[in-house]
Amino acid sequence: MGSNSSSMNNIPNAEQLVQETGFSAAHILRLYERFQFLDKDDTGQLRPEDFGAVRELAMNPIGDRIISAFFSPGQETLDFASFVRVLAHFRPADSNRTRDGAQPEPANSSMRKLKFAFQLYDQDRDGKISRAELLQVLRAMLGMQVTEEQLQSIAERAIQEADFDQDDAISFDEFRKSLEKVNIDHKMSIRFLS
Amino acid sequence: MAAIWRFALFLCMLLMVSSSDTGHEPPEEDASSSKSDTSSGTDSGHDTSGDSGQSGTDSGHDTSGDSGQSGTDSGHDTSGDSGQHGTDSGHDSGDGGHGGEPITTLPIVSWKWHHVSTPYLVALWILVSWLCKLIIEANHHVTSVIPESALLICFGFILGGMIWGADKVQTFTLTPTVFFFYLLPQVILDAGYSMPNKLFFSNMGAILVYAVIGTCWNAASLGLSLWGCHMGGAMGDLDIGLLQYLLFGSLIAAVDPVAVIAVFEQVHVNEVLFIMVFGESLLNDGVTVVLFNVFDAFVSLGGAKINAVEIIKGIISFFVVAFGGSLLGFVFGLLISLLTRCTKNIQIIEPGFVFVLGYLAYLTAEMLSLSAILSIVFCGMCCQKYINSNMDESSVTTVRYVMKVLANGSETIIFVFLGISAIDKTIWVWNTGFILLTLFFIFVYRFIGVFFLTWILNKFRLVPVEFIDQVIMSYGGLRGAVAYGLATMLDGNKIKEKNLMVCTTLIVVYFTVILQGITMKPLVTWLKVKRAAASELTLIEKVQNKVFDHMLVAIEDISGQIGHNYMRDKWNHFEEKWMSRILMKPSARKNRDYVFKVFHKLNLKDAMSYVAEGERRGSLEFVRNETAFVDFKKKFGDEFTEVMPDIMADTSEDHSGMSTMRGDPVPSVSLEMHEQNMNGVRETEDVNSHHLLQQHLYKGRKQHRHRYSRSHFDVNKDENEVQEIFQRTMRSRLESFKSAKMGVAPPKHITKHTKKDQLQKMPNGKSLDKSRSYHSGDEDFEFSEGDSASGFEASGGSFPMRVTYRAGAGIENPAFMPDLDPLAQVQIPPWLAEAELDSSMVAPSQRAQVRLPWTPSNLRRLAPLRISTHSTDSFMLADAPGAQQRDNERLPPPPPPPPPPHRDDDHM
Repeated sequence: MGSNSSSMNNIPNAEQLVQETGFSAAHILRLYERFQFLDKDDTGQLRPEDFGAVRELAMNPIGDRIISAFFSPGQETLDFASFVRVLAHFRPADSNRTRDGAQPEPANSSMRKLKFAFQLYDQDRDGKISRAELLQVLRAMLGMQVTEEQLQSIAERAIQEADFDQDDAISFDEFRKSLEKVNIDHKMSIRFLS
Repeated sequence: MAAIWRFALFLCMLLMVSSSDTGHEPPEEDASSSKSDTSSGTDSGHDTSGDSGQSGTDSGHDTSGDSGQSGTDSGHDTSGDSGQHGTDSGHDSGDGGHGGEPITTLPIVSWKWHHVSTPYLVALWILVSWLCKLIIEANHHVTSVIPESALLICFGFILGGMIWGADKVQTFTLTPTVFFFYLLPQVILDAGYSMPNKLFFSNMGAILVYAVIGTCWNAASLGLSLWGCHMGGAMGDLDIGLLQYLLFGSLIAAVDPVAVIAVFEQVHVNEVLFIMVFGESLLNDGVTVVLFNVFDAFVSLGGAKINAVEIIKGIISFFVVAFGGSLLGFVFGLLISLLTRCTKNIQIIEPGFVFVLGYLAYLTAEMLSLSAILSIVFCGMCCQKYINSNMDESSVTTVRYVMKVLANGSETIIFVFLGISAIDKTIWVWNTGFILLTLFFIFVYRFIGVFFLTWILNKFRLVPVEFIDQVIMSYGGLRGAVAYGLATMLDGNKIKEKNLMVCTTLIVVYFTVILQGITMKPLVTWLKVKRAAASELTLIEKVQNKVFDHMLVAIEDISGQIGHNYMRDKWNHFEEKWMSRILMKPSARKNRDYVFKVFHKLNLKDAMSYVAEGERRGSLEFVRNETAFVDFKKKFGDEFTEVMPDIMADTSEDHSGMSTMRGDPVPSVSLEMHEQNMNGVRETEDVNSHHLLQQHLYKGRKQHRHRYSRSHFDVNKDENEVQEIFQRTMRSRLESFKSAKMGVAPPKHITKHTKKDQLQKMPNGKSLDKSRSYHSGDEDFEFSEGDSASGFEASGGSFPMRVTYRAGAGIENPAFMPDLDPLAQVQIPPWLAEAELDSSMVAPSQRAQVRLPWTPSNLRRLAPLRISTHSTDSFMLADAPGAQQRDNERLPPPPPPPPPPHRDDDHM
């Protein structure tokens, strides 16, 4: 991976991150390299524009949403720790569940993964996916291929399917229930190379 | 019982006679012919054991007579192949058989068994096998315990026993030619075609590892172990060398797709496990055939000539054969896709291309000595997406069903024949050591192989394969017909112990399919293997899956790694950009989004349940009215808002729909505008009967549809008829609207109508009324004859009435409406106004009844000839009100929210 200058010692709070996210030291190291690559001006902070360097993201229909999911509301920058914390959502679930107990739920639990997915829709963070929010995502994903009317009715139908309390919006609970059959662990995990 | 035995004996005798006749024919032909006799025999014996003696004698009589004749027949056409002969002389068979002999008299009918024997036997055996399946599936208590494949094999035992009892030799066995050329391809094609591609490719790595390395491992370990045991003296005196052991190992190494699918589809294991077993079984068939060929060549070469070069060649050929086959299949898949782009005009045979090209892919690969199985698998996998979107929906359904029929049918035949083949004394060579050791090694090495490979794979897999799944995978290593087919292909001259191998293969097949098949289900339950969740299609899930996909790609991009998702995304882009563009119809490309398809599917389902619900309640009218209304409202509703404030005022959707439909912007007020009131009544009647006919008769213009056509499948999609249905709906709605608005309850309206009829008849006297009624009928008929959506509008100018009528009903041509509107206002279509008048109980004036309408057809009514038609017409008229009443009550949906009184207030 090119310059091998970085080592665990250069990374702030490396130990704590390993502890917290469950990434191995090698993972952290690799992600740090990536972070530095994205961080063009070496401030130790990523700005949304920095993600623009990833060309594929521009082609991703929901790329901008995912980028904004990295930034907590109101924040304009992103340090390495938060970067890793977000990525930790996508770590496969641990097979040995020894961390239970007093510890907070790890980021790679199904619940946290779902929460992350939910927030991609829920742009105004009111805890509900409104019809308009769903429609936006749908439009982004299949806007080219179907007419606006069809989009509307798809959104309509999707909401109906999940909306158990008839408030014309999908709350997180409803969201979770409607995806009960989906194996979130499988669908929202990637293999991080070390 | 005695009857059956007598019958069997009799059959046996017959067979001896017939086989002595056909002795000169090639052995296979012979076999099949005698087989046919037997099969028919067993068939009838089976079904009607009571009177089988009787029927047996009958048929025996016939057959013996015929066989004598056929003896002479075949005697002179010594050219050899009777199949050839049969096809050639299919037409002139009447004299063809006797051509050589001087006939003394004209035979009225003659028995020509040998003309038909081969195809007849084939058809008969197919029938018998399928009947077996029918019997098996009749009772689900049995199939829920014992898998169908095992039962079919057992049935095969029984049938084989019957043949053996009758014949003393096994005349029918599964020959490699039949199996590999006629039975296997469709099973594999179906598997490829219905392969869940995404699942397959996301587990591709694991599947390949199992299929290639696992199979090689199985073959090598089994061959070597058996050889070792042989050396150790565990099997006594056998003439088998190391290479032959390896050959045997390779032929029996592969898990069989037919058997595996048959067992696993009844168990419903989770999809990852399923795709692993299924994919492995498909691919390793290709591998095993390749291995088999390599080792077969080695055996022919002999041990001495095999050096490093040959071995390397063998390895190279392995890869060439496997990848070449896959590539060939891919090319054929593309070809099919391309072809279906342009088969729009030959929709009927469009599905056929898929099968023919698929089969050609198989044969071509065979011809080039590439892996035919891999070829046809990839052909099916690659074309499925494109042909499904290129072809017409009904063609897709056809492909799907025909594929299933062929695959399931030949699967059945394969299992039955696997059973039949067992009942043959000549192949049974018992060697306890060899057979038991083979069984043992197969079982053990399968476990070792799977566990070892999974252990390696799990280091790389995102979702590791669980221990229990590994157990099931190992246990699901069923061997099947492919192994048997390969075993019978062994060359008896080179391999002395061929029969032992065949027999061992059969035992392995029975052991795995029957025993492991039966125990599979309890094992799955006992181990609590994750089952496939029976989930219904939900849109939100699909949407979410798509979001997940995009999300994972994005995360991989951000974290800067080239992973599985990244590759898939790249592939999707490539596929979309190039392959779809080239292989798909432009029109099909538009709506191919997955989410949208799901949405479409769900909508279809909804519509279906909606209709079903309606039918359950007894009428579908609500469906029609609803649709008509919706369309209507959408298209014209707002255009008329300003013209009819009063109607729109009371916000009843029904009203707006009605009035717009009438295309008459002056609703009830038109009562006042009646200079032509006089002929109005007659016209009213015309309109009425016209209306009635319109509502109750389909127009006689589609006779051509009943004609037989080989190249068209005329579903009822005549535009005219759609138009007509629309019109009818509109009329009925108009009716209901009027009656509601005028406060005329339907029954009342009807009485009035009839009364008026009589009223009309009285003063006119003569035959006027009758002929008039005839006239109206005639007019109507003519009208409907000539009426095609556009043609009618063209003629609209000359016949104002029709114009208005059309204008009301026509949705076809919205542009036409504005033109018409002023026209209608000025010209006040009196008949329509009268129609309203009629239903609103305004008694027709006397004047109106006397005055003749001056339409040209009126002249005709004076002709006395018309009287003859009187009866029917009056019948129609008499009948009509009732019908109309029915319509009034039934057709229109109960007027929504604003109740009738309200409307009365509005307009009265």
